Amino acid sequence: MTSFRLEKGGLIDRAASLSFSFDGKGFTGHPGDTLASALIANGVHLMGRSFKYHRPRGVISAGSSEPNALVELREGARQEANTRATMIELYEGLVAKSQNRWPSLAFDVGAINSLAASMFVAGFYYKTFMWPKSFWEKIYEPLIRRAAGLGSAAKEADPDKYEKAYAHGDLLVIGSGPAGLMAALTAARLGARVILADEGTRLGGSLLFENEEIDGKSGLDWANSAIAELASMPNVTLMPRTTVFGWYDGNIFGAVERVNDHVLAPSPYEPRQRYWRVIAKRAVLAVGAEERPIVFGGNDVPGVMLASAMRAYANRYAAAAGKAAVVFTNNDSGYRTARDMRTHGVRVEVIVDSRADSRVEAGGVPVIRGRKIVDVKGGKGVAGIELDDHMHIGCDTVAMSGGWSPIVNLACHRGARPKWDATIAGFVPPDTGESFVAAGSAAGRMLLSECLADGAAKGGGKPSDAPKCRDETYAIKALWWVKESKTKAFVDYQNDVSVKDLPLAAREGYSDIELVKRYTTTGMATDQGKLGNVNAIAILAEATGKTIEQVGTTTFRPYYTPVAFGAFAGPFVGRHFQPTRKTPLSDWAEEQGAVFVETGLWMRSSWFPRADEDWLASATREVLATRSGVGICDVSTLGKIDVQGKDAGAFLDKLYCNTFSTLPVGKARYGLMLREDGIVFDDGTTSRLADDHFLMTTTTANAARVMSHMEFCHQALWPDLDVQYVSVTEQWGQMAVAGPRSRATLQKIVDGVTLNDETVPYMAAKELTILGGIPARLFRISFSGEHAYELAVPADYANMAARALMQAGEEFGIVPYGVEALSIMRIEKGHVAGGELNGTTTAADLGLGKMMSTKKDYIGRMMAMREGLTDANRQCVVGIRPFHRSDRLRSGSHFLKRGDAPSIANDQGYITSVAFSPMLGQWVGLALLANGRARIGEMVKIFDGLRGIHQYGVICEPMHFDRENARLHA
Amino acid sequence: MLIKCPHCGARPVEEYTFLGDARPQRPTSNDPSTMEQWFDYVYLRDNPKGRFDEYVQHSGGCRAWLVVSRNTATHEIHGTVTARDWTKSRQGAKA
Amino acid sequence: MKYSVFSLIRNTLSGHRNWAPAWRAPEPKTSYDVVIVGGGGHGLSTAYYLAKEHGLTNVAVLEKGWLGSGNIGRNTTIIRSNYMLPGNNPFYEWSMKLWEGLEQDFNFNAMVSQRGVLNLCHTDAQRDAFARRGNAMRIDGVDAELLDAQDVREMYPFFDFDSPRFPIKGGLLQRRGGTVRHDAVAWGYARGADSRGVDIIQNCEVTGIRIDNGKVTGVDTSRGFIGCSKLGLAAAGNSSEVAALAGMKLPIESHVLQAFVSEGLKPYIDGVVTFGAGHFYVSQSDKGGLVFGGDLDGYNSYARRGNLPMVEHVIEAGVAMIPGLARVRVLRSWGGIMDMSMDGSPIIDKTHIDGLYLNCGWCYGGFKATPASGWCFAHTIARDEAHGLNAAFRLNRFRRGYMIDEKGQGATPNLH
Ligand SMILES: Cc1cc2nc3c(=O)[nH]c(=O)nc-3n(C[C@H](O)[C@H](O)[C@H](O)COP(=O)(O)OP(=O)(O)OC[C@H]3O[C@@H](n4cnc5c(N)ncnc54)[C@H](O)[C@@H]3O)c2cc1C
Ligand SMILES: [Zn+2]
Repeated sequence: MTSFRLEKGGLIDRAASLSFSFDGKGFTGHPGDTLASALIANGVHLMGRSFKYHRPRGVISAGSSEPNALVELREGARQEANTRATMIELYEGLVAKSQNRWPSLAFDVGAINSLAASMFVAGFYYKTFMWPKSFWEKIYEPLIRRAAGLGSAAKEADPDKYEKAYAHGDLLVIGSGPAGLMAALTAARLGARVILADEGTRLGGSLLFENEEIDGKSGLDWANSAIAELASMPNVTLMPRTTVFGWYDGNIFGAVERVNDHVLAPSPYEPRQRYWRVIAKRAVLAVGAEERPIVFGGNDVPGVMLASAMRAYANRYAAAAGKAAVVFTNNDSGYRTARDMRTHGVRVEVIVDSRADSRVEAGGVPVIRGRKIVDVKGGKGVAGIELDDHMHIGCDTVAMSGGWSPIVNLACHRGARPKWDATIAGFVPPDTGESFVAAGSAAGRMLLSECLADGAAKGGGKPSDAPKCRDETYAIKALWWVKESKTKAFVDYQNDVSVKDLPLAAREGYSDIELVKRYTTTGMATDQGKLGNVNAIAILAEATGKTIEQVGTTTFRPYYTPVAFGAFAGPFVGRHFQPTRKTPLSDWAEEQGAVFVETGLWMRSSWFPRADEDWLASATREVLATRSGVGICDVSTLGKIDVQGKDAGAFLDKLYCNTFSTLPVGKARYGLMLREDGIVFDDGTTSRLADDHFLMTTTTANAARVMSHMEFCHQALWPDLDVQYVSVTEQWGQMAVAGPRSRATLQKIVDGVTLNDETVPYMAAKELTILGGIPARLFRISFSGEHAYELAVPADYANMAARALMQAGEEFGIVPYGVEALSIMRIEKGHVAGGELNGTTTAADLGLGKMMSTKKDYIGRMMAMREGLTDANRQCVVGIRPFHRSDRLRSGSHFLKRGDAPSIANDQGYITSVAFSPMLGQWVGLALLANGRARIGEMVKIFDGLRGIHQYGVICEPMHFDRENARLHA
Repeated sequence: MLIKCPHCGARPVEEYTFLGDARPQRPTSNDPSTMEQWFDYVYLRDNPKGRFDEYVQHSGGCRAWLVVSRNTATHEIHGTVTARDWTKSRQGAKA
Repeated sequence: MKYSVFSLIRNTLSGHRNWAPAWRAPEPKTSYDVVIVGGGGHGLSTAYYLAKEHGLTNVAVLEKGWLGSGNIGRNTTIIRSNYMLPGNNPFYEWSMKLWEGLEQDFNFNAMVSQRGVLNLCHTDAQRDAFARRGNAMRIDGVDAELLDAQDVREMYPFFDFDSPRFPIKGGLLQRRGGTVRHDAVAWGYARGADSRGVDIIQNCEVTGIRIDNGKVTGVDTSRGFIGCSKLGLAAAGNSSEVAALAGMKLPIESHVLQAFVSEGLKPYIDGVVTFGAGHFYVSQSDKGGLVFGGDLDGYNSYARRGNLPMVEHVIEAGVAMIPGLARVRVLRSWGGIMDMSMDGSPIIDKTHIDGLYLNCGWCYGGFKATPASGWCFAHTIARDEAHGLNAAFRLNRFRRGYMIDEKGQGATPNLH
């Protein structure tokens, strides 16, 4: 293989060499290379296949706009699809594969599509594949899917790590070319905190590859000294390899730093990438301009590339795109490529300048003016070109320059549209106010001196602060596409949108640029139209008889370049996706062998198996032991809110539908809260510890919402109430101690009180101490239906108190019980919980209608009176038992009247909660049933189509066990 | 988006919880004849495109409820007051 | 011109010069029998069914931008009929049935793809809720399956089963659910309506509604006054703004919902899956991009773009569900304005103004409803009464207390 590595020059380290493989073949390159430059230096131009026609494709650009040279990079769990070869820094051991081809890049069966290309025009698939109907999903679509897509992505978990970080500054400068460096320097010298970010491996932007002269030095030397100065200043942060991908409200920018994409695998102590949110007082868009291709026949043959890319490969990477080049341009900048290539000793056959009257210095290269290339000869490489006067010229590479488009993307991310500038034939950024301004060629300035002056001004200085420099001339006469071309000419390379597709779309009625985009897919590929969109707009303008301005652009949206999911996810993956909350009793529960279950963010002890018990056996034993002796359960996750102040009672009266201001000190009361729409919001027991001091409890699920609701009600509705409240959920460990021996057990650990019905009557709330001085609160409340208590101690004492209780209860056979047993006991007792408080039930639906006071205003009172909320046919809570005692019940089963056929119109309700009742020796449940309370005793059909189970059940009172509540008061 | 909390300063949007329009006022009467007012308060919204006063809680910060004046078309923020001051000034205006 | 493989071949042979426009670009007439405001999915399907089912062809659809520029062209294309409440379920199932015959009906390949919609569950309570929902579907003959963790693992072995924060316990699967190419739905209906005589008028913004003696007489637009005897509003995210032109205040808030697409990949995930422990759902388009989304940004908005916190939130959940996604790249994000109603369910109804009809409140679920919504709205407009299928979608249900609240979140639109 011939080497296309130039003898001299370039920012590569010739002393070191790196080996890598592409499609299984070994190559070498140098540090400083990209994968693309290393392949070019090795004479490889064929790097990919296009999306639709599978045409052979080579590299078009030398940067992030690359649409063609996309590869599968790395292997195994690190395999990434669609990585731009132009952005991959070469490293030792790099492995890359071409994509979207089978069986090989050189011979791709999919290229057969090219033959049918004349049929596969824009939108053809909307018109066919409809017959026969069943074929779409079975045959056509799977085929299309297999052919579509680009690279394949790994399905294993990514072994690399990601980080998130925030940066704040006075000025964010995006882009480190002449304008960006000048802006950063100027601002930094004035003392501003400056952040300079650039997507490139090293800072310098176009100065890394253009031959310029600034301040009497080469452009590169000037850039290096500017960067060195910036690096030495404490108020400056330099961020190479950092792509600013989006602009958001509040002048917040999203960015991704590629910390370790240039190595085989990151060190275990470093992330692969770091996601940044940059919050800047001001920002300067100095991202430069993108060179445009020209649309002409064969403009996609490997070896045809942007003129700026060709000179970047030569100047920066010392890689020659070929041995004999042709330049095709409609503006002055194409000449730079011709001159630079010649300097490097590459033969430049001719410059084809579409302008008849241009007078640019060609450095000795022959120029053909007023002519166009109509076709590029060759398949997998360039063999020559044909001009519109039929002249043939042999060459092996073609440089094209269709002019420059300022990179306006970021400035348009918040909705503003770019403006058309006819002198440069390009869209320039919209005016987005002082906080984000464009500078340099991003602002449409085409001369180096203008860019430097603009950078200085936007950095907060004067244009005259900029150093002197040499300017190249710049002029353009637009040429969008070569109408004389007969062969396929591409507008959007990756998606294979050709010049004919756009007028066709317009003729068919899809004439708005946004419709053209959607119908033809132009601009929808991974480069999001960076290269092709302006050409597409111009072509459409002519097809529809409009000006380019009238056609306008499509919407620019994040992401400037695609961002890895991992970067956005950061460290919040796997078990760290969400925080884990452990209760103060979790050590004790673990000692007791608890199986934990996720409950929101909490881990709650679910059951405490012995030997090889399953959950049901364990929970059943826990219930039996509790109901016959004593059990202890961690209820710390219930929300606890401490409410104090003169108006605490009045405040609670407004929050709850029942009354709390009348609650005696030392007593607890069950409370029910509604939402303002009259539906039940939450429930819980609230106690009065002093005249002006209450302790509220909420359900586990709603703890945070109730707190926020209270804050709203107080601050926004009744700010005059003298009340303070704070969440103390985490400050207290709380355990239910339940069962006939609960009092005897507790007695052993409380200090100086004899527990009896006088000292701690039913619904008492008492502050006391335990274990010789530990402060505690004892509530005689019961969810299980047993004689029971809840004991609360400061969180740090919780494990100790639980251990002491276990010891105290040993003689009574005390057991720990988990939420499964808790749930069984509450269902046996017919207490409502999450399944019934489902956000659509009223107090009356839950059988709690009597709690709604008629004597006061409270949240939800009025809306609860609407006819729909008091309709007799509403579903309300009932009990359900299987007709055959041995049948099992399942939550989520629905009810039908005995004789009715299944239909939603006949649906009577559904089972909300079930349990195997150890006390009754059968399954019991709670349910919501239309007009349920009038239907106690009715036999219903239980419909469980999902599980194919159909049985009968009998409606009963919700309370299945101990209907007299004898145990409660025992 | 950055919202300036009167207590905590400018903070990112994820620290805040949005409840919606702060203009509707909770009726004070429980008389059945006020049902329409209640319905309006709970369910109907002007939902303007443009300047909008909304209840926002600094839930990930000081937990104050605020009234933020924001443009719903551009997300530009014009100002922030505490809900307490907002309500008191409205009550004052009525008295 | 009928679309088929034969017409494609015929036109290929003539160099694609003879394709007829899919729709005309007519000048507005001075008046129509029916004017529909909004050239989104619902407005266009309404016009289509007015013409096809009710013989009303003197109809115009007025669209302020280009055809399909609203939510119809920016949604995540999921269709399903897994609703559980009686007011909803038969309506969405009817929509599903219409989808199943739609392409042959309007002769346009909208790529209806019943790839299956799987909702994952991570707790017993979620599974119970799915059982309730699934049985509500089954009881009315709608397909639904309850999967356990093993079933899910067999379908999607690359989900996180090994070290998840919230283990996958199973899921509710509707195999008939899937995706449809969203733009093609707008185009198919537009072409179908146009060919039946409906005028589709783009770049025509309605700026006023004229009402005379309690009766609609026409609309003021950016292209002049257009008279009509019946006016149907189908303006989705802009419903409040348009209804305000008739002096109406709606139980609606406008919110932004973001959506995302990844770079194109070879087949990665076969069906539609929603995560149950965070806000993330995903499917893969025929072009290979992973199309995904999550929750509303949370603040009222008319700007069709969102902010970074929700981007992070959604993608964190995505990687939690599918760890392999970490190295996949997200290509583009965008936003749409949702007409979030006070109970999460839509409104298809007459109003107190004679001749004025309302279709709104679709939240983020109106794409799947496109066929049935147009079908029912057309019926409501043509017959001046609701069809049984939209009988529950009344405007006065809030006043009366008959909300249709699948999520149980009440009158807080951003929680639905
Ligand atoms: C990101 C996102 C994801 C979604 N995902 C899904 C999904 O997966 N599944 C699903 O079922 N649904 C989804 N939806 C919801 C669905 O897209 C919408 O509910 C549905 O499209 C709304 O109906 P439409 O198509 O008629 O709306 P639109 O397409 O918004 O139509 C309304 C039209 O009215 C026009 N209009 C407004 N005001 C005026 C005026 N004054 N004069 C003239 N014209 C006017 C607008 O320009 C617009 O074109 C999603 C939505 C979004 C934004
Ligand atoms: Zn604060």
